[in-house]
Amino acid sequence: MANQKVNVVIVGAGAGGGVVAKELSTAGMSVVLFERGSWISYDDHTDDELLSERNPVLGNSCGPDDQRNRRVNVHFDGSSHIVLPSEGDYNNISACVGSGTVTYGALAWRYMREDFKMRSTYGDVPGSTLEDWPISYEDLEPFYEKAEWEIGVSGNDSQNLFAPPRKKLQPMPPFTHNKEATILKEAALRLGYHPFSLPMLRNSIPYGGRPACYRMRTCIGYACPVGAKAGTHNTVIPVALKSGNCELRTNCVVSEIIVDDRGKIIGLTYFDQDNNRKTQLADIIVLSASAIETARLLLNSKSGFFPNGIGNENDWVGRNLQGHAYPHAFGLFEDEIYDDFGPGSSVGICDFNHHNPGIVGGGYLANSFIRMPYSFSGVRPPGEKLWGKEHKVFQRENFKRMAEVHGPFQEIPNFHQRVDVDPKVKDFWGIPVARLSGKTHDENIPGCTFMADKAELWLKEAGAVKTWKGLGIADGVSAGQHQAGTCRMGNDPRSSVTDKFGRVHSTPNLFVADGSLHVTNGGFNPALTIMALGFRIGGYIASEWNKGNRFK
Amino acid sequence: MDLPDKLSRRRFMRLAALSAGGIYLFSRCAGPTAEWRFFTSSEARLMDALADQIIPPDEWPGGGESGVTNFIDKQLTGPFLRFQSEYRKGLKGIQDSSETLYHQRFENLNWKEQTSFLELMEAGKMNEPVWADGFDLKFFGLIRDHSMQSYYGSSRHGGNRDNISYKMLKLDYPFIVGQNRYKS
Ligand SMILES: Cc1cc2nc3c(=O)[nH]c(=O)nc-3n(C[C@H](O)[C@H](O)[C@H](O)COP(=O)(O)OP(=O)(O)OC[C@H]3O[C@@H](n4cnc5c(N)ncnc54)[C@H](O)[C@@H]3O)c2cc1C
Ligand code: SF4
Repeated sequence: MANQKVNVVIVGAGAGGGVVAKELSTAGMSVVLFERGSWISYDDHTDDELLSERNPVLGNSCGPDDQRNRRVNVHFDGSSHIVLPSEGDYNNISACVGSGTVTYGALAWRYMREDFKMRSTYGDVPGSTLEDWPISYEDLEPFYEKAEWEIGVSGNDSQNLFAPPRKKLQPMPPFTHNKEATILKEAALRLGYHPFSLPMLRNSIPYGGRPACYRMRTCIGYACPVGAKAGTHNTVIPVALKSGNCELRTNCVVSEIIVDDRGKIIGLTYFDQDNNRKTQLADIIVLSASAIETARLLLNSKSGFFPNGIGNENDWVGRNLQGHAYPHAFGLFEDEIYDDFGPGSSVGICDFNHHNPGIVGGGYLANSFIRMPYSFSGVRPPGEKLWGKEHKVFQRENFKRMAEVHGPFQEIPNFHQRVDVDPKVKDFWGIPVARLSGKTHDENIPGCTFMADKAELWLKEAGAVKTWKGLGIADGVSAGQHQAGTCRMGNDPRSSVTDKFGRVHSTPNLFVADGSLHVTNGGFNPALTIMALGFRIGGYIASEWNKGNRFK
Repeated sequence: MDLPDKLSRRRFMRLAALSAGGIYLFSRCAGPTAEWRFFTSSEARLMDALADQIIPPDEWPGGGESGVTNFIDKQLTGPFLRFQSEYRKGLKGIQDSSETLYHQRFENLNWKEQTSFLELMEAGKMNEPVWADGFDLKFFGLIRDHSMQSYYGSSRHGGNRDNISYKMLKLDYPFIVGQNRYKS
């Protein structure tokens, strides 16, 4: 039986797509939400480090699977190779209802005012695509607030001197610190920094009908066993489903956006759970498949009207790909600082997000999440043995004596780091796969050097007896779990893919609502910003629709 | 390797995994005649020796006793399917080079000889043609990573027998009822 036409189809039930589905369906629009993965719960993989979204050596716990999915990675010397989802340079987020929001660390940041005005703040950086967003922090502020209250954030931004102005505090109190974070907090104060408890999409107290966090060792990379971590899968998506207007189609892989004989977008094709190719017609399409997959879908949607893919008239789809570098330092302490009070990351500073001498941008610094034993086995000071007796002794003597301070560094984006589609390699369904190429801008090197120095200084002040550090800049393409920027927003169609409401410039009824929209990616984890954009775009579409605008 | 036997063993292991929560029952009583999923018994003996070098026995069990060979064997017929040919080629390469250098099988070398052999591999300094194009370094890295995964990763996958590494690191595991943060 053919599918009935609906008002909206959304591709991807992750951070952006889940929010849009809720906004549209509760406003009365009929919605089909497509997700290539399925529902995932803690019981599927429990605390298994080797099958987690942090360390997927035996596979991604939340997909996609190694059997049916591929990408191609082009190295800087021009050579290329096929990568599997369980390999690091696949640059995976997840493939399940909620996507990364099921297993994320749940850091819940608002970008700062400067993050929306990078070009005005720092001027032209040669060889970069550094630009201002077409919207300001003030434009997004009400939607950050919606995300914080509807999905649920713990924190108290009044303790963060550098936080941008807000109307309402986060709905839950901030988390308390464990032993390591307490030591680091005191050290930060001694250094004259301004430490605070990090905002989290985790319940510090019962909220939204879900219990408070149990403070486990595992959190980032794992689904939450009790639902204390708030993702779109246990907040906005259930609301959407309850509205009666939203149908969630899991295990359905969208392959192409289709146009009619006049070039108007009318729907999409997909492979259902039995791998049958089907069509779904709709008045409006919203792409929320993540920065890499949204670009891939647009580029794979070629027709006489869109010979280079939809929205790609000016060759911007897939360009401007960015993630975050992670400058870091490790410190060993004389005494044990580990008290098994998880999940770790809780003390941070925003002293170095902006206005650092001689540096474009910056980022926050914080203690990192608890490192599980296998992952710890790969962390050693330079020159230390990586196997044998010495390595084993190091492991047991230092597992509870090590802290790491790190932070996402706002990458200076460029035109050549990009997603396109591979001319030969296809996935299980026969869809051309994403090909990643390019590398980060050299301007990131001094910035990350600066940040790693600050991280090391902080650890030393906290009493670390041995420290070492790294820039955390990717060898090749940088995208990863914080991938963004491939369909950037802008007022000028010649240098952007969508307008300031996420609508693809060259089409009236096609929107993007995910990390692809980010013009720049802040010195922060991106999820709350993606959710806020989802509220803004979803709200815009719904209010226009209800005023009679059919986006024709 | 006869097939019906293999199948019934597999089925039994699945049952054992369900009833006892793990499959170590097997690796523990695995003698030289034990049947592996991928390894030959002589490869498995070599793997045990390599695993002990990577994670040597001391007050705490070494890689061999902890089930590294079982873990890798199991993964090689699952997520590590793509490494099968590297293991077949690499393990043979190690035995051949050991015969060339010491006229003995690797597992019969003394501890120091084994260690310096592996240090040569790690440094990419093996001479035999099989190790061309950095295969020595690459294969050593593979064994090292997979051994660490086995020893320090979740015991569900056939390594880290009795959660030995968590005990060594003094990490409560599994969580104790009453302090159990995993179940509400
Ligand atoms: C382990 C981990 C830790 C993280 N920690 C943090 C953190 O602490 N704070 C933070 O802010 N961010 C964090 N992130 C990042 C965050 O999860 C992502 O930034 C966010 O999920 C991206 O949102 P998105 O909407 O762009 O894409 P996603 O959330 O990835 O959603 C895309 C969805 O589309 C689906 N999809 C893709 N292609 C198709 C197709 N063709 N057909 C159908 N469905 C499709 C995917 O399966 C996926 O579900 C973390 C991520 C991970 C994995
Ligand atoms: S640490 Fe808290 S939020 Fe994280 S998985 Fe455990 S209970 Fe859930």
